[in-house]
Amino acid sequence: MKKRANVFLWAGGIISGLMLCIIILGYFWTPYDPTAMDPKAKFCAPCLSHLLGTDNFGRDIFSRVVDGAGTSFFIALCVVAIGCLAGILIGSLCGYYGGLPDLILTRVCDSITAFPAFLLALVIVTVAGPGTENIILALGILFIPSFARIVRSEFARCRELNYIKSARLMGAGGARIMFRHILPNTFPVLLSAVTIGFNNAVLSEASMSFLGIGIQPPYASLGSMLSDSQSFLHSAPWYALGTGGAIVLLILGFSLLSEGLQLKGQR
Amino acid sequence: MKYFIKKFCTLIITLFIVSLLAFLAFQVIPGDPTTALLGTEATAEARQALRQELGLDQPVLVRYFDWLWNFLHGDMGTSYNYRMPVADMLSDKLPITAILTLMSFAFTVVLSIPLGIWAGSTKSRALDLGVTVLDQIVMSVPQFFLGMLACYVFGNIFRLFVPGNFVSYTVSWGACLGYMVLPALSIAIPRIAMTVKMLRSSIQTQLQQDYVRTSRSRGSGRSKILRRHVLKNALIPVITFLAVSAAEIMTGSIIVEQVFTIPGVSRLLLASISNRDFPVVQAIVVVVAAWIVIVNFVADLLYQLVDTRIRLR
Repeated sequence: MKKRANVFLWAGGIISGLMLCIIILGYFWTPYDPTAMDPKAKFCAPCLSHLLGTDNFGRDIFSRVVDGAGTSFFIALCVVAIGCLAGILIGSLCGYYGGLPDLILTRVCDSITAFPAFLLALVIVTVAGPGTENIILALGILFIPSFARIVRSEFARCRELNYIKSARLMGAGGARIMFRHILPNTFPVLLSAVTIGFNNAVLSEASMSFLGIGIQPPYASLGSMLSDSQSFLHSAPWYALGTGGAIVLLILGFSLLSEGLQLKGQR
Repeated sequence: MKYFIKKFCTLIITLFIVSLLAFLAFQVIPGDPTTALLGTEATAEARQALRQELGLDQPVLVRYFDWLWNFLHGDMGTSYNYRMPVADMLSDKLPITAILTLMSFAFTVVLSIPLGIWAGSTKSRALDLGVTVLDQIVMSVPQFFLGMLACYVFGNIFRLFVPGNFVSYTVSWGACLGYMVLPALSIAIPRIAMTVKMLRSSIQTQLQQDYVRTSRSRGSGRSKILRRHVLKNALIPVITFLAVSAAEIMTGSIIVEQVFTIPGVSRLLLASISNRDFPVVQAIVVVVAAWIVIVNFVADLLYQLVDTRIRLR
Protein backbone atom coordinates (compact mmCIF):
# COMPACT_ATOMS: atom_id res chain seq x y z
CA MET A 1 0.00 0.00 0.00
CA LYS A 2 2.83 2.38 0.87
CA LYS A 3 4.43 1.63 -2.48
CA ARG A 4 1.19 2.35 -4.24
CA ALA A 5 0.77 5.63 -2.39
CA ASN A 6 4.22 6.65 -3.60
CA VAL A 7 3.40 5.67 -7.18
CA PHE A 8 0.28 7.88 -7.06
CA LEU A 9 2.17 10.75 -5.46
CA TRP A 10 4.95 10.57 -8.05
CA ALA A 11 2.62 10.29 -11.04
CA GLY A 12 0.41 13.10 -9.72
CA GLY A 13 3.41 15.22 -8.84
CA ILE A 14 4.93 14.87 -12.31
CA ILE A 15 1.68 15.64 -14.15
CA SER A 16 0.70 18.60 -11.95
CA GLY A 17 4.29 19.83 -11.84
CA LEU A 18 4.49 19.88 -15.63
CA MET A 19 1.11 21.58 -15.95
CA LEU A 20 2.10 24.13 -13.32
CA CYS A 21 5.39 24.91 -15.07
CA ILE A 22 3.60 25.44 -18.39
CA ILE A 23 0.91 27.59 -16.75
CA ILE A 24 3.41 29.75 -14.89
CA LEU A 25 5.53 30.10 -18.01
CA GLY A 26 2.33 30.96 -19.87
CA TYR A 27 1.76 34.02 -17.69
CA PHE A 28 4.95 35.50 -19.17
CA TRP A 29 5.42 33.85 -22.54
CA THR A 30 3.38 31.76 -25.00
CA PRO A 31 4.61 30.63 -28.44
CA TYR A 32 2.07 32.92 -30.12
CA ASP A 33 -0.15 35.71 -28.89
CA PRO A 34 -3.28 33.82 -27.73
CA THR A 35 -5.54 36.44 -29.33
CA ALA A 36 -3.56 37.05 -32.55
CA MET A 37 -5.62 36.00 -35.56
CA ASP A 38 -4.08 34.76 -38.77
CA PRO A 39 -6.59 34.39 -41.63
CA LYS A 40 -4.07 32.47 -43.71
CA ALA A 41 -3.72 29.74 -41.11
CA LYS A 42 -7.32 28.77 -40.30
CA PHE A 43 -7.85 25.20 -39.07
CA CYS A 44 -4.25 24.08 -39.38
CA ALA A 45 -3.88 20.50 -38.20
CA PRO A 46 -1.33 20.02 -35.39
CA CYS A 47 2.19 20.36 -36.70
CA LEU A 48 5.58 21.54 -35.45
CA SER A 49 4.86 25.25 -35.73
CA HIS A 50 1.38 24.90 -34.18
CA LEU A 51 1.61 22.10 -31.60
CA LEU A 52 -2.16 21.71 -31.21
CA GLY A 53 -3.17 23.26 -34.53
CA THR A 54 -5.14 26.47 -35.03
CA ASP A 55 -8.80 27.40 -34.60
CA ASN A 56 -11.41 29.08 -36.81
CA PHE A 57 -9.65 32.46 -36.59
CA GLY A 58 -6.20 31.01 -37.17
CA ARG A 59 -5.25 31.46 -33.50
CA ASP A 60 -2.68 29.06 -32.11
CA ILE A 61 -4.58 26.56 -29.93
CA PHE A 62 -1.60 25.62 -27.77
CA SER A 63 -1.07 29.24 -26.75
CA ARG A 64 -4.78 29.61 -26.09
CA VAL A 65 -4.90 26.42 -24.03
CA VAL A 66 -1.97 27.62 -21.92
CA ASP A 67 -3.66 30.99 -21.47
CA GLY A 68 -7.05 29.42 -20.69
CA ALA A 69 -5.50 26.95 -18.27
CA GLY A 70 -3.88 29.93 -16.54
CA THR A 71 -7.31 31.53 -16.08
CA SER A 72 -8.88 28.30 -14.85
CA PHE A 73 -5.98 27.69 -12.50
CA PHE A 74 -6.13 31.21 -11.08
CA ILE A 75 -9.88 30.94 -10.46
CA ALA A 76 -9.57 27.52 -8.83
CA LEU A 77 -6.76 28.84 -6.63
CA CYS A 78 -8.84 31.82 -5.46
CA VAL A 79 -11.88 29.61 -4.86
CA VAL A 80 -9.92 27.14 -2.76
CA ALA A 81 -8.21 29.99 -0.87
CA ILE A 82 -11.55 31.58 0.04
CA GLY A 83 -13.17 28.26 0.90
CA CYS A 84 -10.20 27.00 2.88
CA LEU A 85 -9.48 30.13 4.94
CA ALA A 86 -13.12 30.84 5.78
CA GLY A 87 -13.65 27.11 6.37
CA ILE A 88 -10.74 26.99 8.82
CA LEU A 89 -12.08 30.02 10.70
CA ILE A 90 -15.66 28.73 10.97
CA GLY A 91 -14.66 25.11 11.50
CA SER A 92 -12.15 25.86 14.23
CA LEU A 93 -14.48 28.15 16.19
CA CYS A 94 -17.34 25.64 15.91
CA GLY A 95 -15.21 22.65 16.73
CA TYR A 96 -13.38 24.25 19.64
CA TYR A 97 -16.21 26.06 21.38
CA GLY A 98 -19.15 23.86 20.38
CA GLY A 99 -22.57 24.76 21.74
CA LEU A 100 -25.63 26.04 19.94
CA PRO A 101 -23.86 28.10 17.21
CA ASP A 102 -21.91 24.97 16.34
CA LEU A 103 -25.11 22.94 16.05
CA ILE A 104 -26.78 25.50 13.80
CA LEU A 105 -23.75 26.05 11.56
CA THR A 106 -23.22 22.32 11.19
CA ARG A 107 -26.81 21.83 10.07
CA VAL A 108 -26.52 24.70 7.60
CA CYS A 109 -23.26 23.29 6.21
CA ASP A 110 -24.82 19.85 5.90
CA SER A 111 -27.75 21.14 3.93
CA ILE A 112 -25.55 23.24 1.64
CA THR A 113 -23.29 20.30 0.84
CA ALA A 114 -26.34 18.17 0.00
CA PHE A 115 -26.83 20.32 -3.09
CA PRO A 116 -24.47 20.31 -6.04
CA ALA A 117 -22.17 23.35 -5.90
CA PHE A 118 -22.94 23.88 -9.55
CA LEU A 119 -26.66 24.43 -8.96
CA LEU A 120 -26.13 26.91 -6.14
CA ALA A 121 -23.45 28.74 -8.10
CA LEU A 122 -26.01 29.01 -10.89
CA VAL A 123 -28.42 30.77 -8.54
CA ILE A 124 -25.73 33.17 -7.30
CA VAL A 125 -24.60 33.97 -10.83
CA THR A 126 -28.22 34.57 -11.89
CA VAL A 127 -28.60 37.02 -9.05
CA ALA A 128 -25.19 38.70 -9.27
CA GLY A 129 -24.55 38.38 -12.99
CA PRO A 130 -21.73 36.46 -14.70
CA GLY A 131 -18.11 37.56 -14.55
CA THR A 132 -14.80 36.38 -13.15
CA GLU A 133 -15.16 37.96 -9.68
CA ASN A 134 -18.69 36.67 -9.25
CA ILE A 135 -17.69 33.14 -10.23
CA ILE A 136 -14.82 33.19 -7.74
CA LEU A 137 -17.06 34.57 -5.01
CA ALA A 138 -19.95 32.18 -5.73
CA LEU A 139 -17.80 29.06 -5.85
CA GLY A 140 -15.62 30.26 -2.97
CA ILE A 141 -18.63 30.66 -0.66
CA LEU A 142 -20.00 27.28 -1.71
CA PHE A 143 -16.70 25.59 -0.94
CA ILE A 144 -16.63 26.88 2.65
CA PRO A 145 -18.88 24.16 4.17
CA SER A 146 -16.79 21.23 2.94
CA PHE A 147 -13.66 22.69 4.52
CA ALA A 148 -15.48 23.83 7.65
CA ARG A 149 -16.82 20.32 8.22
CA ILE A 150 -13.40 18.70 8.00
CA VAL A 151 -11.74 21.28 10.25
CA ARG A 152 -14.61 21.14 12.74
CA SER A 153 -14.42 17.39 13.19
CA GLU A 154 -10.66 17.54 13.69
CA PHE A 155 -10.99 20.33 16.25
CA ALA A 156 -13.78 18.55 18.09
CA ARG A 157 -11.59 15.45 18.26
CA CYS A 158 -8.48 17.27 19.46
CA ARG A 159 -10.27 19.49 21.99
CA GLU A 160 -10.29 16.89 24.73
CA LEU A 161 -6.84 15.42 24.10
CA ASN A 162 -4.33 15.64 26.93
CA TYR A 163 -1.84 17.95 25.27
CA ILE A 164 -4.57 20.52 24.73
CA LYS A 165 -5.70 20.17 28.33
CA SER A 166 -2.16 20.76 29.53
CA ALA A 167 -1.77 23.75 27.24
CA ARG A 168 -4.93 25.14 28.79
CA LEU A 169 -3.58 24.48 32.29
CA MET A 170 -0.47 26.39 31.38
CA GLY A 171 -2.70 29.36 30.71
CA ALA A 172 -2.70 29.42 26.92
CA GLY A 173 -5.58 31.40 25.44
CA GLY A 174 -8.22 30.06 23.08
CA ALA A 175 -6.71 31.59 19.95
CA ARG A 176 -3.24 30.30 20.78
CA ILE A 177 -4.49 26.78 21.41
CA MET A 178 -6.62 26.76 18.27
CA PHE A 179 -4.13 28.11 15.80
CA ARG A 180 -0.81 27.18 17.37
CA HIS A 181 -1.57 23.74 18.79
CA ILE A 182 -4.55 22.20 17.02
CA LEU A 183 -4.42 23.70 13.52
CA PRO A 184 -1.05 22.20 12.50
CA ASN A 185 -2.48 18.77 13.35
CA THR A 186 -5.24 19.21 10.81
CA PHE A 187 -2.82 19.91 7.95
CA PRO A 188 -2.55 16.32 6.63
CA VAL A 189 -6.35 16.01 6.32
CA LEU A 190 -6.65 19.56 5.07
CA LEU A 191 -4.05 19.00 2.37
CA SER A 192 -5.99 16.21 0.74
CA ALA A 193 -9.18 18.25 1.08
CA VAL A 194 -7.45 21.12 -0.70
CA THR A 195 -6.47 18.93 -3.64
CA ILE A 196 -10.01 17.54 -3.95
CA GLY A 197 -11.45 21.03 -3.59
CA PHE A 198 -9.11 22.29 -6.28
CA ASN A 199 -10.38 19.64 -8.67
CA ASN A 200 -14.00 20.44 -7.91
CA ALA A 201 -13.28 24.11 -8.46
CA VAL A 202 -11.66 23.47 -11.84
CA LEU A 203 -14.58 21.25 -12.83
CA SER A 204 -17.30 23.65 -11.65
CA GLU A 205 -15.69 26.63 -13.35
CA ALA A 206 -15.20 24.65 -16.56
CA SER A 207 -18.85 23.50 -16.52
CA MET A 208 -20.12 27.03 -15.98
CA SER A 209 -17.88 28.53 -18.63
CA PHE A 210 -18.85 25.71 -20.97
CA LEU A 211 -22.49 26.73 -20.55
CA GLY A 212 -21.58 30.37 -21.16
CA ILE A 213 -22.42 31.63 -17.68
CA GLY A 214 -18.85 31.60 -16.37
CA ILE A 215 -15.90 33.53 -17.72
CA GLN A 216 -17.10 36.05 -20.28
CA PRO A 217 -15.31 36.99 -23.51
CA PRO A 218 -12.74 38.41 -24.29
CA TYR A 219 -11.23 36.30 -21.47
CA ALA A 220 -10.98 32.61 -22.25
CA SER A 221 -10.97 29.67 -19.89
CA LEU A 222 -10.71 26.01 -20.79
CA GLY A 223 -14.46 25.55 -20.40
CA SER A 224 -15.45 28.36 -22.73
CA MET A 225 -12.88 27.24 -25.31
CA LEU A 226 -14.27 23.72 -25.21
CA SER A 227 -17.71 25.14 -25.82
CA ASP A 228 -16.38 27.10 -28.84
CA SER A 229 -14.66 24.03 -30.20
CA GLN A 230 -17.93 22.12 -30.24
CA SER A 231 -19.04 23.72 -33.51
CA PHE A 232 -15.87 22.51 -35.22
CA LEU A 233 -15.88 18.99 -33.85
CA HIS A 234 -16.12 17.61 -37.36
CA SER A 235 -13.75 19.92 -39.25
CA ALA A 236 -11.16 20.48 -36.48
CA PRO A 237 -11.34 17.71 -33.87
CA TRP A 238 -7.90 18.70 -32.52
CA TYR A 239 -9.42 21.89 -31.10
CA ALA A 240 -11.71 19.95 -28.77
CA LEU A 241 -9.15 17.23 -28.04
CA GLY A 242 -6.38 19.68 -27.12
CA THR A 243 -8.61 21.77 -24.88
CA GLY A 244 -10.39 18.84 -23.25
CA GLY A 245 -7.09 17.02 -22.82
CA ALA A 246 -5.72 19.99 -20.88
CA ILE A 247 -8.72 19.90 -18.50
CA VAL A 248 -8.29 16.16 -18.00
CA LEU A 249 -4.56 16.49 -17.26
CA LEU A 250 -5.11 19.38 -14.86
CA ILE A 251 -7.70 17.38 -12.91
CA LEU A 252 -5.89 14.03 -13.19
CA GLY A 253 -2.66 15.40 -11.70
CA PHE A 254 -4.37 16.70 -8.58
CA SER A 255 -6.66 13.71 -8.20
CA LEU A 256 -3.64 11.37 -8.25
CA LEU A 257 -1.96 13.59 -5.65
CA SER A 258 -5.00 13.51 -3.38
CA GLU A 259 -5.36 9.74 -3.78
CA GLY A 260 -1.69 9.30 -2.89
CA LEU A 261 -2.04 11.57 0.14
CA GLN A 262 -5.09 9.65 1.34
CA LEU A 263 -3.38 6.27 0.94
CA LYS A 264 -0.38 7.61 2.82
CA GLY A 265 -2.61 8.93 5.58
CA GLN A 266 -4.23 5.51 6.08
CA ARG A 267 -0.99 3.81 7.10
CA MET B 1 -42.99 2.72 10.75
CA LYS B 2 -41.96 5.26 13.37
CA TYR B 3 -38.76 5.70 11.41
CA PHE B 4 -40.74 6.30 8.25
CA ILE B 5 -42.93 8.96 9.88
CA LYS B 6 -39.91 10.67 11.36
CA LYS B 7 -38.13 10.75 8.03
CA PHE B 8 -41.28 11.88 6.26
CA CYS B 9 -41.64 14.85 8.61
CA THR B 10 -38.00 15.74 7.97
CA LEU B 11 -38.73 15.55 4.24
CA ILE B 12 -41.63 17.99 4.49
CA ILE B 13 -39.67 20.42 6.67
CA THR B 14 -36.65 20.28 4.38
CA LEU B 15 -38.80 20.89 1.30
CA PHE B 16 -40.37 23.85 3.08
CA ILE B 17 -36.99 25.37 4.00
CA VAL B 18 -35.58 24.75 0.54
CA SER B 19 -38.54 26.45 -1.13
CA LEU B 20 -38.30 29.40 1.26
CA LEU B 21 -34.58 29.80 0.52
CA ALA B 22 -35.13 29.48 -3.22
CA PHE B 23 -37.81 32.14 -2.96
CA LEU B 24 -35.74 34.50 -0.82
CA ALA B 25 -32.65 34.12 -3.00
CA PHE B 26 -34.50 35.83 -5.81
CA GLN B 27 -35.87 38.60 -3.58
CA VAL B 28 -32.52 40.07 -2.62
CA ILE B 29 -31.58 40.85 -6.19
CA PRO B 30 -30.45 44.40 -6.65
CA GLY B 31 -32.42 46.16 -9.33
CA ASP B 32 -36.10 46.25 -10.08
CA PRO B 33 -37.63 43.64 -12.39
CA THR B 34 -39.91 46.35 -13.74
CA THR B 35 -36.86 48.17 -15.13
CA ALA B 36 -35.94 45.06 -17.06
CA LEU B 37 -39.47 44.72 -18.42
CA LEU B 38 -40.34 48.31 -19.21
CA GLY B 39 -36.90 49.75 -19.88
CA THR B 40 -35.31 52.70 -18.10
CA GLU B 41 -37.58 55.25 -19.77
CA ALA B 42 -40.81 54.00 -18.20
CA THR B 43 -42.97 56.37 -16.17
CA ALA B 44 -43.43 55.89 -12.45
CA GLU B 45 -47.17 55.17 -12.93
CA ALA B 46 -46.54 52.41 -15.47
CA ARG B 47 -44.03 50.87 -13.09
CA GLN B 48 -46.44 51.06 -10.18
CA ALA B 49 -49.16 49.41 -12.28
CA LEU B 50 -46.82 46.61 -13.27
CA ARG B 51 -45.64 46.13 -9.71
CA GLN B 52 -49.25 45.70 -8.70
CA GLU B 53 -49.88 43.29 -11.55
CA LEU B 54 -46.85 41.19 -10.58
CA GLY B 55 -47.79 41.42 -6.90
CA LEU B 56 -44.48 43.06 -6.03
CA ASP B 57 -46.15 45.59 -3.72
CA GLN B 58 -47.04 42.91 -1.16
CA PRO B 59 -44.80 42.06 1.84
CA VAL B 60 -42.25 39.29 1.25
CA LEU B 61 -43.89 36.68 3.46
CA VAL B 62 -47.32 37.17 1.88
CA ARG B 63 -45.76 36.78 -1.53
CA TYR B 64 -43.94 33.64 -0.40
CA PHE B 65 -47.08 31.90 0.79
CA ASP B 66 -48.98 33.02 -2.33
CA TRP B 67 -46.20 31.67 -4.46
CA LEU B 68 -45.98 28.41 -2.50
CA TRP B 69 -49.75 27.91 -2.65
CA ASN B 70 -49.80 28.49 -6.41
CA PHE B 71 -46.72 26.34 -6.91
CA LEU B 72 -48.36 23.40 -5.14
CA HIS B 73 -51.35 23.83 -7.44
CA GLY B 74 -49.18 23.65 -10.52
CA ASP B 75 -48.97 27.38 -11.14
CA MET B 76 -45.26 28.22 -11.16
CA GLY B 77 -45.68 31.89 -11.96
CA THR B 78 -45.38 33.84 -15.18
CA SER B 79 -42.22 34.33 -17.16
CA TYR B 80 -41.12 37.99 -17.30
CA ASN B 81 -39.84 37.62 -20.82
CA TYR B 82 -42.37 35.49 -22.59
CA ARG B 83 -45.42 36.54 -20.56
CA MET B 84 -46.47 32.93 -20.45
CA PRO B 85 -47.00 30.52 -17.52
CA VAL B 86 -43.73 28.90 -16.46
CA ALA B 87 -45.54 25.60 -16.00
CA ASP B 88 -46.44 25.54 -19.72
CA MET B 89 -42.88 26.35 -20.69
CA LEU B 90 -41.54 23.53 -18.54
CA SER B 91 -44.15 20.89 -19.24
CA ASP B 92 -42.62 19.63 -22.49
CA LYS B 93 -38.99 20.10 -21.42
CA LEU B 94 -38.93 18.74 -17.90
CA PRO B 95 -39.91 15.15 -18.87
CA ILE B 96 -36.97 14.99 -21.28
CA THR B 97 -34.49 16.04 -18.60
CA ALA B 98 -36.17 13.65 -16.18
CA ILE B 99 -35.80 10.73 -18.62
CA LEU B 100 -32.13 11.55 -19.17
CA THR B 101 -31.50 11.83 -15.44
CA LEU B 102 -33.29 8.59 -14.60
CA MET B 103 -31.58 6.76 -17.43
CA SER B 104 -28.08 7.78 -16.38
CA PHE B 105 -28.92 7.04 -12.76
CA ALA B 106 -30.08 3.57 -13.81
CA PHE B 107 -26.83 3.07 -15.73
CA THR B 108 -24.85 4.19 -12.69
CA VAL B 109 -26.57 1.76 -10.33
CA VAL B 110 -26.73 -1.20 -12.72
CA LEU B 111 -23.14 -0.96 -13.90
CA SER B 112 -21.30 0.27 -10.83
CA ILE B 113 -22.53 -2.21 -8.23
CA PRO B 114 -21.50 -5.43 -10.05
CA LEU B 115 -18.24 -3.81 -11.17
CA GLY B 116 -17.53 -2.59 -7.67
CA ILE B 117 -18.23 -5.97 -6.12
CA TRP B 118 -16.00 -7.62 -8.67
CA ALA B 119 -13.21 -5.10 -8.17
CA GLY B 120 -13.50 -5.34 -4.40
CA SER B 121 -13.43 -9.11 -4.18
CA THR B 122 -10.78 -9.90 -6.77
CA LYS B 123 -7.60 -11.41 -5.41
CA SER B 124 -5.46 -10.49 -8.37
CA ARG B 125 -3.14 -7.61 -7.48
CA ALA B 126 -2.52 -6.61 -11.08
CA LEU B 127 -6.27 -6.40 -11.70
CA ASP B 128 -6.75 -4.35 -8.57
CA LEU B 129 -4.06 -1.89 -9.61
CA GLY B 130 -5.52 -1.75 -13.14
CA VAL B 131 -8.97 -0.90 -11.79
CA THR B 132 -7.57 1.78 -9.48
CA VAL B 133 -5.58 3.46 -12.23
CA LEU B 134 -8.44 3.30 -14.73
CA ASP B 135 -10.77 4.70 -12.08
CA GLN B 136 -8.53 7.68 -11.45
CA ILE B 137 -8.28 8.49 -15.14
CA VAL B 138 -12.00 8.11 -15.88
CA MET B 139 -12.92 10.23 -12.85
CA SER B 140 -10.84 13.09 -14.24
CA VAL B 141 -12.78 13.37 -17.51
CA PRO B 142 -15.54 16.01 -17.29
CA GLN B 143 -18.96 14.79 -18.41
CA PHE B 144 -19.27 17.36 -21.17
CA PHE B 145 -15.90 16.42 -22.64
CA LEU B 146 -16.88 12.75 -22.55
CA GLY B 147 -20.09 13.71 -24.35
CA MET B 148 -18.13 15.55 -27.03
CA LEU B 149 -15.82 12.57 -27.47
CA ALA B 150 -18.88 10.32 -27.84
CA CYS B 151 -20.33 12.72 -30.43
CA TYR B 152 -17.08 12.71 -32.35
CA VAL B 153 -16.40 8.98 -32.21
CA PHE B 154 -19.93 7.63 -32.68
CA GLY B 155 -21.36 10.53 -34.65
CA ASN B 156 -18.54 11.68 -36.91
CA ILE B 157 -16.36 8.60 -37.32
CA PHE B 158 -18.73 5.63 -37.07
CA ARG B 159 -21.79 7.62 -38.16
CA LEU B 160 -24.05 5.66 -35.81
CA PHE B 161 -26.19 8.69 -35.01
CA VAL B 162 -26.52 12.31 -36.03
CA PRO B 163 -25.68 14.63 -33.13
CA GLY B 164 -28.54 17.08 -32.72
CA ASN B 165 -31.11 14.91 -34.46
CA PHE B 166 -33.18 14.36 -31.32
CA VAL B 167 -36.53 12.61 -31.55
CA SER B 168 -38.99 13.51 -28.81
CA TYR B 169 -40.68 10.80 -26.78
CA THR B 170 -44.03 12.09 -28.02
CA VAL B 171 -43.04 10.91 -31.51
CA SER B 172 -41.29 7.66 -30.79
CA TRP B 173 -40.21 6.25 -27.43
CA GLY B 174 -37.68 3.89 -29.00
CA ALA B 175 -35.85 6.55 -31.00
CA CYS B 176 -35.91 8.92 -28.06
CA LEU B 177 -34.43 6.41 -25.63
CA GLY B 178 -31.95 5.27 -28.27
CA TYR B 179 -30.69 8.80 -28.74
CA MET B 180 -30.32 9.21 -25.00
CA VAL B 181 -28.07 6.18 -24.44
CA LEU B 182 -24.84 8.03 -25.24
CA PRO B 183 -25.67 11.21 -23.28
CA ALA B 184 -26.79 9.09 -20.34
CA LEU B 185 -23.56 7.09 -20.46
CA SER B 186 -21.47 10.27 -20.70
CA ILE B 187 -23.07 11.49 -17.50
CA ALA B 188 -22.91 8.12 -15.80
CA ILE B 189 -19.36 6.96 -16.58
CA PRO B 190 -17.46 9.34 -14.24
CA ARG B 191 -20.03 8.62 -11.51
CA ILE B 192 -19.62 4.88 -12.12
CA ALA B 193 -15.87 5.22 -11.68
CA MET B 194 -16.40 7.02 -8.37
CA THR B 195 -18.95 4.50 -7.12
CA VAL B 196 -16.74 1.57 -8.09
CA LYS B 197 -13.82 3.11 -6.21
CA MET B 198 -16.00 3.65 -3.16
CA LEU B 199 -17.61 0.18 -3.17
CA ARG B 200 -14.25 -1.46 -3.77
CA SER B 201 -12.59 0.14 -0.76
CA SER B 202 -15.73 -0.44 1.31
CA ILE B 203 -15.72 -4.17 0.51
CA GLN B 204 -12.00 -4.46 1.12
CA THR B 205 -12.37 -2.86 4.53
CA GLN B 206 -15.22 -5.21 5.41
CA LEU B 207 -13.29 -8.28 4.23
CA GLN B 208 -10.64 -7.53 6.87
CA GLN B 209 -13.17 -7.50 9.70
CA ASP B 210 -13.19 -10.22 12.36
CA TYR B 211 -16.64 -11.50 11.47
CA VAL B 212 -15.37 -12.56 8.04
CA ARG B 213 -12.55 -14.57 9.61
CA THR B 214 -14.98 -16.16 12.04
CA SER B 215 -17.33 -17.23 9.26
CA ARG B 216 -14.43 -18.53 7.24
CA SER B 217 -13.21 -20.60 10.16
CA ARG B 218 -16.70 -22.02 10.58
CA GLY B 219 -16.54 -23.30 7.04
CA SER B 220 -18.58 -20.78 5.04
CA GLY B 221 -17.55 -20.29 1.43
CA ARG B 222 -16.01 -17.04 0.32
CA SER B 223 -18.79 -16.10 -2.07
CA LYS B 224 -21.45 -16.89 0.52
CA ILE B 225 -19.82 -14.62 3.08
CA LEU B 226 -19.54 -11.94 0.46
CA ARG B 227 -23.20 -12.17 -0.47
CA ARG B 228 -24.73 -12.73 2.95
CA HIS B 229 -22.58 -10.59 5.23
CA VAL B 230 -20.03 -8.35 3.59
CA LEU B 231 -22.26 -6.83 0.95
CA LYS B 232 -24.89 -5.68 3.42
CA ASN B 233 -22.34 -3.75 5.41
CA ALA B 234 -20.41 -2.53 2.41
CA LEU B 235 -23.48 -1.14 0.63
CA ILE B 236 -24.44 1.31 3.38
CA PRO B 237 -21.90 4.05 2.52
CA VAL B 238 -22.53 3.39 -1.16
CA ILE B 239 -26.24 4.20 -0.80
CA THR B 240 -25.32 7.58 0.65
CA PHE B 241 -22.97 8.14 -2.22
CA LEU B 242 -25.56 7.15 -4.81
CA ALA B 243 -28.01 9.61 -3.29
CA VAL B 244 -25.41 12.36 -3.73
CA SER B 245 -24.82 11.07 -7.25
CA ALA B 246 -28.49 11.42 -8.12
CA ALA B 247 -28.18 15.11 -7.39
CA GLU B 248 -25.00 15.46 -9.40
CA ILE B 249 -26.50 13.53 -12.28
CA MET B 250 -29.36 16.00 -12.53
CA THR B 251 -26.94 18.90 -12.91
CA GLY B 252 -24.84 16.72 -15.22
CA SER B 253 -27.90 16.27 -17.45
CA ILE B 254 -28.31 20.02 -17.72
CA ILE B 255 -24.72 20.35 -18.96
CA VAL B 256 -24.69 17.33 -21.26
CA GLU B 257 -28.00 18.34 -22.86
CA GLN B 258 -26.09 21.26 -24.34
CA VAL B 259 -23.53 18.91 -25.89
CA PHE B 260 -26.07 16.63 -27.54
CA THR B 261 -28.56 19.48 -28.20
CA ILE B 262 -31.33 17.72 -26.33
CA PRO B 263 -34.30 20.09 -25.88
CA GLY B 264 -34.55 19.67 -22.11
CA VAL B 265 -34.66 22.40 -19.47
CA SER B 266 -31.02 23.29 -20.07
CA ARG B 267 -31.42 25.84 -22.85
CA LEU B 268 -34.44 27.44 -21.20
CA LEU B 269 -32.51 27.72 -17.95
CA LEU B 270 -29.48 29.32 -19.61
CA ALA B 271 -31.59 31.73 -21.63
CA SER B 272 -33.52 32.70 -18.51
CA ILE B 273 -30.30 33.31 -16.60
CA SER B 274 -28.94 35.67 -19.23
CA ASN B 275 -32.33 37.42 -19.58
CA ARG B 276 -32.69 37.61 -15.82
CA ASP B 277 -36.06 35.90 -16.14
CA PHE B 278 -36.24 34.98 -12.46
CA PRO B 279 -39.56 33.09 -12.21
CA VAL B 280 -38.27 30.51 -14.70
CA VAL B 281 -34.92 30.05 -12.96
CA GLN B 282 -36.70 29.90 -9.61
CA ALA B 283 -39.11 27.19 -10.79
CA ILE B 284 -36.31 25.05 -12.24
CA VAL B 285 -34.19 25.42 -9.11
CA VAL B 286 -37.11 24.40 -6.90
CA VAL B 287 -37.88 21.36 -9.05
CA VAL B 288 -34.22 20.24 -9.01
CA ALA B 289 -34.00 20.86 -5.26
CA ALA B 290 -37.19 18.87 -4.65
CA TRP B 291 -35.75 15.99 -6.63
CA ILE B 292 -32.57 16.05 -4.52
CA VAL B 293 -34.49 16.14 -1.24
CA ILE B 294 -36.78 13.30 -2.33
CA VAL B 295 -33.83 11.16 -3.43
CA ASN B 296 -32.26 11.64 -0.01
CA PHE B 297 -35.54 10.59 1.58
CA VAL B 298 -35.61 7.40 -0.49
CA ALA B 299 -31.97 6.75 0.45
CA ASP B 300 -32.92 7.04 4.13
CA LEU B 301 -35.65 4.45 3.62
CA LEU B 302 -33.25 2.15 1.79
CA TYR B 303 -30.79 2.25 4.68
CA GLN B 304 -33.42 0.79 6.85
CA LEU B 305 -33.95 -2.09 4.44
CA VAL B 306 -30.24 -2.84 4.21
CA ASP B 307 -29.29 -2.10 7.79
CA THR B 308 -31.92 -3.42 10.16
CA ARG B 309 -30.05 -1.95 13.11
CA ILE B 310 -31.48 1.47 12.23
CA ARG B 311 -35.01 0.23 12.97
CA LEU B 312 -34.07 -0.28 16.60
CA ARG B 313 -33.24 3.38 17.14
